[in-house]
This record gives sequence, C-alpha cells and structure tokens, in this order.
Amino acid sequence: MATVKVRRNFQQARWDEPIIYDMSVPGVRGILPPPVERAVVDRVGDVVGELGSMLRRELPNLPEVSQKHVLMHWIHLSQETMGANLTNDISEGTCTMKYNPRVNEDLVGEPDFADLHPHQDDDTVQGILQIYHAFEQMLKEVSGMDRFTLQPSGGNHAVFTAASIARAYHAARGEGDQRDETITTIFSHPCDAAAPATAGYKIITLPPDENGIPDLDALRAAVSNRTAAIFMTNPEDVGIFNPRVDEFVRIVHEAGGLAFYDQANANAFLGVARAKESGFDMCHFNVHKTFSTPHASGGPATGAFGCIEALAKYLPTPTVEFDGTRYFLDHDRPETIGKVKDFYGNANNVLRAYAWTMMLGADGLREVADISVLNNNYLEKKLLTVPGLTSAYQGNGIRRQEQVRYSWQTLKDDTGIGTDEVNRRLIDFGIASYWTSHHPWIIPEPMTLEPCETYSVEDLDEYYEALSQVSEESYRDPDFVKEAPYASSSHRRNDEAALDDPKRWAMTWRAYKRKQEV
Amino acid sequence: MGLRFGLIVNPVAGLGGRVGLKGSDGEALQERARQLGAQPEAHVRAGQVLRELAPHAARFELLTYPSEMGERPARDAGLIPTVIGAIRDGHTTGRDTQRAAAELRDSGVDLLLFAGGDGTARDVCDAVGTTVPCLGIPAGVKIHSAVYAISTRRCAEAAMRVLDGRVRSYREAEVMDIDEDAVRAGRVSAALYGYLKVPNESGLVQSLKSGGQTGEEAALASIARAVVEQMTDDRLYIVGPGTTPRAVMTALGLPKTLLGVDVVRNRELVASDVSERQLLDLLGREGAPGAQIVVTVIGGQGYVFGRGNQQLSPAVIRAVGTDHITVIAARTKLAALEGRPLLVDTGDQQLDRELAGYARVIIAKGESMMVKLAP
Repeated sequence: MATVKVRRNFQQARWDEPIIYDMSVPGVRGILPPPVERAVVDRVGDVVGELGSMLRRELPNLPEVSQKHVLMHWIHLSQETMGANLTNDISEGTCTMKYNPRVNEDLVGEPDFADLHPHQDDDTVQGILQIYHAFEQMLKEVSGMDRFTLQPSGGNHAVFTAASIARAYHAARGEGDQRDETITTIFSHPCDAAAPATAGYKIITLPPDENGIPDLDALRAAVSNRTAAIFMTNPEDVGIFNPRVDEFVRIVHEAGGLAFYDQANANAFLGVARAKESGFDMCHFNVHKTFSTPHASGGPATGAFGCIEALAKYLPTPTVEFDGTRYFLDHDRPETIGKVKDFYGNANNVLRAYAWTMMLGADGLREVADISVLNNNYLEKKLLTVPGLTSAYQGNGIRRQEQVRYSWQTLKDDTGIGTDEVNRRLIDFGIASYWTSHHPWIIPEPMTLEPCETYSVEDLDEYYEALSQVSEESYRDPDFVKEAPYASSSHRRNDEAALDDPKRWAMTWRAYKRKQEV
Repeated sequence: MGLRFGLIVNPVAGLGGRVGLKGSDGEALQERARQLGAQPEAHVRAGQVLRELAPHAARFELLTYPSEMGERPARDAGLIPTVIGAIRDGHTTGRDTQRAAAELRDSGVDLLLFAGGDGTARDVCDAVGTTVPCLGIPAGVKIHSAVYAISTRRCAEAAMRVLDGRVRSYREAEVMDIDEDAVRAGRVSAALYGYLKVPNESGLVQSLKSGGQTGEEAALASIARAVVEQMTDDRLYIVGPGTTPRAVMTALGLPKTLLGVDVVRNRELVASDVSERQLLDLLGREGAPGAQIVVTVIGGQGYVFGRGNQQLSPAVIRAVGTDHITVIAARTKLAALEGRPLLVDTGDQQLDRELAGYARVIIAKGESMMVKLAP
C-alpha cells in the first residue's frame, strides 16, 4: 500500500487573468478567411445577397483577439482551475464526481460519431439510434421503469420533464387545475422544488424527523386532493436512506398524486434497489453523476428520464423505436408534452454512458454501489475521530450511504474556526474547496463529502490527513487558519457583499455591462 | 481612525441569575441579589468582547459612558475610550442606559454594543429604535430578545466584521418584554416590545446560519405577495405583530402597527392596534365565517401564539377557527429553529392541544413548509 500523499508544498496558479472582452483590440482578427475564388462565385452566385432580411444588420459584439492570445487566455484559465481532473474531488458532496474514462473521450471524438448531423435520415444513423435504444433498455433494467427519454439536457431538465408529464397526466383526468401542489423534502435536491415550481406548481416542503428521515406525519398533513406529485431524493443529501420510502409513495398515491424519484445520483443503490419496487411512477438519472460522463462545468449534460407505461404516452418526441429490423425516430405521439430539447438531447453523453455501462456489465454496476458505500463508510469512520467534527444526526443508528453531511459546529464553538475557514485552509493542500450544503443551512457549519467508487484508499487517507491537520491547527493556532489560504495568491473577494447583491454580479458579460449602465 | 464603536454596560445586569432570582429589574431586587452574594457579571462579559477587539484599537474609536457603564471595563481591556455623559456611580438605572444610547447614537457611532439582558435591550430600544446598528453582549439573567450574540466570542466576531466592512446587511430583530414577576410566579408572560437593527450575521440569538442568503426584504415581499394573492373579498384578515406581517400590510399599501394587531377587509384597514375585546366585537358583529388570522413566528424561540400577540386570545382564535390561521415566516427563520417545533401558549391548554400538529408555514410565494407545532 502506498503511503499517504498530502501535497504539503502545493501552490495554486492564480492571478487576475483579464476577461477576454478586456483583451479585445479593435481590428484584430484571429482568422482572416481568403476571398472566395472567382470560379466559386460564378457557380453559386451572390449567396450573402440572397439572405435578404435574414442578414443581421449590426455586427455581433465579439472580442477581437488573435489566435495566440485566445490560446494563452484559455490555457491560463485552465491553469487556474482546480478542476475534477487535477484534484482530490471527494470534496464535491452532492455533486457526485467520478472519473470520466479517457477512452470515452476518444470515442466521442471519432469522426464516425462526431460528424453525424441530427438532420440525417434515420437509415444513415442506425448506429447511434441503436446505442440510444440499448442504453434505454439498460436504464429500464436498473430502475424497473417501462420507458426512458434521453432528451433532457441535464438533471434539472429531467425533473422539469417529470413535472410537465405530471401536469399532462392530471389534465387528461380533468384534475389539472385542482392539483396544483407538489411535495418535496428539505434534504432532497433543490431542483425537486425548483423544477415543479418553474412548471407552475406550488411547493410544500417536508422537514426531517429527529433521525434525519423525512417526517411521515408531516407528509400525511400535507397531502390533499390538491397534491399533484411528490418529488423526492433518496438517499437524501445528508446520506441517509429513507427506509419508509414505499410508505411515502403509498400515501401520495392514495391522495391521487404521482411519485417521482430523483435518483440523479444512484451510486448507493445501483443493482441493489429500484424505483419500481418502491412504487414510483417516474424517476431520472444524471448520467454525469451515475454513469461517469463529464460534469463539464454545468453542461452539456444528459438527464435520463423514465416512467411507467401509463405515462409513456406523454414522453417528449421523438422516441427511439426498433421494429425488429431497423431503428427509427417516432414523432407520431399525439399525447406528448412536446419537445424539451432540440433534436434528441446530447448524444455524446449517451455514447459515453453506454460505453461505461457496457464496460462494467451488470455485476460491475452493483460493484459501483458496493464500493461507493464502502468508501464513504471508511472515510466517515476515520473523519469522526477528527476533533471538532461531527455528522448530521450522528448516532441515529442508520448506516450512511454514499455521502455524509458533517458539521464543524463543535470546532467553531471550541476555536472560532467554522466551516468557511476550514474550507479556505483545505485548498492549501491542493484539494478543491468542499461543498458545504444547500441553503438554508439546516445542519450548522456543514461539510458534505462524497467519495464514490472512483477513489482509492490513498485518496481517502489523503483527505482524512488534510482535514486532521486543519483541525489540529485550529485548536493550536486559530488565527493561522483564519488567515488561510497561503498557497493561493489572491484568496479573498475584495468586496464580500458584491456576490450577494444581484445588482452587482452577472452570469454573462452582456448582463454585467447592462447592470453597470443602470 | 476608522469606525466608531459605542459601548454601554448595564452594571447590574445578570445580578439575579446566579442566586436564582430570575431577573434583576428594580433596585429592591438588585439589593436583595447583592445580599444573597450576587456578583456583577456584565463588566466581565463586556471585558471578554473588548479584549478581543483591543489588538485592533488603532482602527476604531470607542465611545462610552463613565466608570462602571463602560469606561472601566474598557480601560481594563487595555483600550482608551472617549468618555461622554455623567452618572451616579453605583446607582445607575435604566434611564442612564437610555440617555447613554441616545447620546452615543448622536455622537455618530457605527455600532452600539451593549451588555445586559432583556431589560437593557428595552432601554436601548426606547432610546434609539432602529436608527443605529446595535448588538447585545449577553450578560442578563434571561435573554429572550433576538438582539444578543449567542456568546461574547461571537459578539466580538460580529464587531470585527463590522470593522472590516464585511457585514452585508442589517435586519430588524425582536426585543421582548418579559414580565419578571410572572416568571418568578412560574408563569411566562411575554410581549413583543420593539425592534433593534442588528448585523445580519450568523451566530446571533436568532441565528440565520446561512451566510450566503440574501434579501431578507425580498423574502418578506415574496411572502407578502403570497398572502395578498390568497385574500378573498369581504373577509376579515387579522394581521398579527412583527416585521413579516408588516410586509403584508406594506404590500397592501396599508400602515402596520408593528407591535400590535391590525384588521383588514377588501384590502382596506378596518381597525388598527386592536385589543382582544375589539377583535371579539368585530368578529361578533361581522360574523366570523371566513375570517383569517395571519401571524408569524416571534423571535428565535418559535412562538406562534402567546408571546407578543396576546390580543389573539383563545376566544379570538376559537371565533376565527383553528383551520383559519395562516402562519408566515422566512425560511431562514424556520431553519434557525434547528428542528425545534413551533410553540403555542395561548393560556388555554385545550386550545393549545387543538392547535398542535403540523402548521403549513408560507415561506415564499408558491412555497410552504410543514412545521411541527407543539403545545
């Protein structure tokens, strides 16, 4: 066994890299296309003139930067990034990081796949349609659902699809207006509230009971003839599996609602438990959480959505079908909710996820679950010996699944060092900042870690060693920890309030400029 | 020299606690406490905060009142305060606290620190209201008010954040009025007394616990929209005290009695700051059917009835009906309960039991949370 490697002399690359728009110099061009040859012009005519009213009148506001500077800028950004492929990202609890096999990147780069066009005739894309079809069969087997769509471009999008299908289902039964509420639990993924709300539903959130399991009596008090569905995650973000989940489903069904299982992250129960046996009508997987495709900094992603036969008629179009001899796209589905994404979703992720699943086989999927849970329990057992650290609902006698929400409250009480300070010190070891918790913090001073099947025992030990050292430092010299990090050259926001003020931050350059003008 | 901190120490705060007197209000009680061997606590607590601030003395000016009301603990902590005002050493009262608060506010302090308990908070509230940021150093026997830090360390931490310019916002926190005689007689009787403006930081009594959350105002406005949209014509809406119900009235364009109960029908004010009797008259005359009570959770303790809204008596609640109660609260306020149930203490145990179960608390437009409610 290798010795524990903690990167004690880590130094993060970090500087004030300008925004690419700030690098823009008027007139500079990265590419100068040659003039069109005379013979071509003679042959095709005035192509630009034929665009007529489709021709945009104003030039797009694009940065004017040379190729060399674009390349420099891009590499600088990658150097500054503490990305998944260069850090021990056990940190990203609830995100479910796992290794993205390089061979799958080669696969999706193959011209046979990369050069496909979504407007091609079905007969010329039998290969990728076969893969869509085959991956759907695998998902059906893993979940027990009857049909899947791979069209949603991410987990939230799949949950939104579920909410849209719930609405179509109740509308068809004449109860569309009456059933205007969905129920979720406070430790479920936030999209289980947000996506139905976006689809027009009112949201009721259930609290946990004293053991951290969703409160069954609260559900009984919440359901009514207005209940459209329950949207719940299990195990929830604190890592506790709800053993009464079938009871939850039964109560919602008795009230006339549907039950949606958010299994974005199915690492705890692949090959162990299925949505169908718990009675669910719908479920989804984030293929980047469970089936190894890249998180890709927020996409492009794939949310695989599945449902029982009774709901299949509402699935987005087209579905991928097989008539025994050829694969084809079925656009003729009269009761569909319509499209939720252009074309057929992100085919590159479907190919990667299919390849990963084929490499593992059924036994391999089960092994993923076993190792994820084993890794997590190994790490939990070690970490709970760290002074100042406890876990949510510690001592409730329930074994944690694939992640744990810890709490640094004891450390904070003892030393004044809370989770934010620990987090800033941790990056001095070359480990990505960890995920604390969704808001509001129900568990004080939270830290959520998720060591899925990808990580070796050396990775787990490295994480333990680094956190142990931060705890030890906090008791010995809290001011030292408060001033961290030391291995990162610009480590605090100049203006802490700015990030909390929607008037001052923006997600895009255009929005930023607009807000500055106001 | 950057900011100005104000400091008030209530020298007799906390005197009764260790000797079991459940409070220190009034000179007679303070004398009895001293006879029982009580030692003053407030200057010790204030000193703990001041010593943490002392290393940064070059960055702020400390303004305070003479001797035991601040000067002495400040000097003991190694600080050189600017002293204003005058007192009779050893014989200070709530009036001195009120004068000190007003004068420190007028001297332009950026944060007013005061060591004491609920009584001290009431005096500060009388003098300055929400005109200057304040933060309590917990030193009193009983602290029901949400304006105190949970410990002296957290108080110093919050003050440091103010000093560093890292406090993102301030919020109005409850000052409670507890009847000490009733407490000593085994009864808890509390009223909502007023509000002070405190840093919107985690670790205060009513802890928000979620540093990144913004927009208390936006959250309240969203709750208000939810309530207003559900209002039905020709029905009485009895709107309880507090800043959350105030947001409802603001959304209606109506004035709110912050510490009292107002009544609305058809989006118009029917009556302001009503008593139990007036409410019963209204309900009796107009007929209760459809009437609705809108209340929030008071302070960090989770009371829905029986603290600060005694006008909403058992008779009023019964006249309206227990299934016609709308509870509203920001989700951070519920999170701060850390799993503890909401509480009711109407004075009618049978009614308390009927109210128990789960309340569906409105936390935003289109969003509610089921919260256990215990008698």
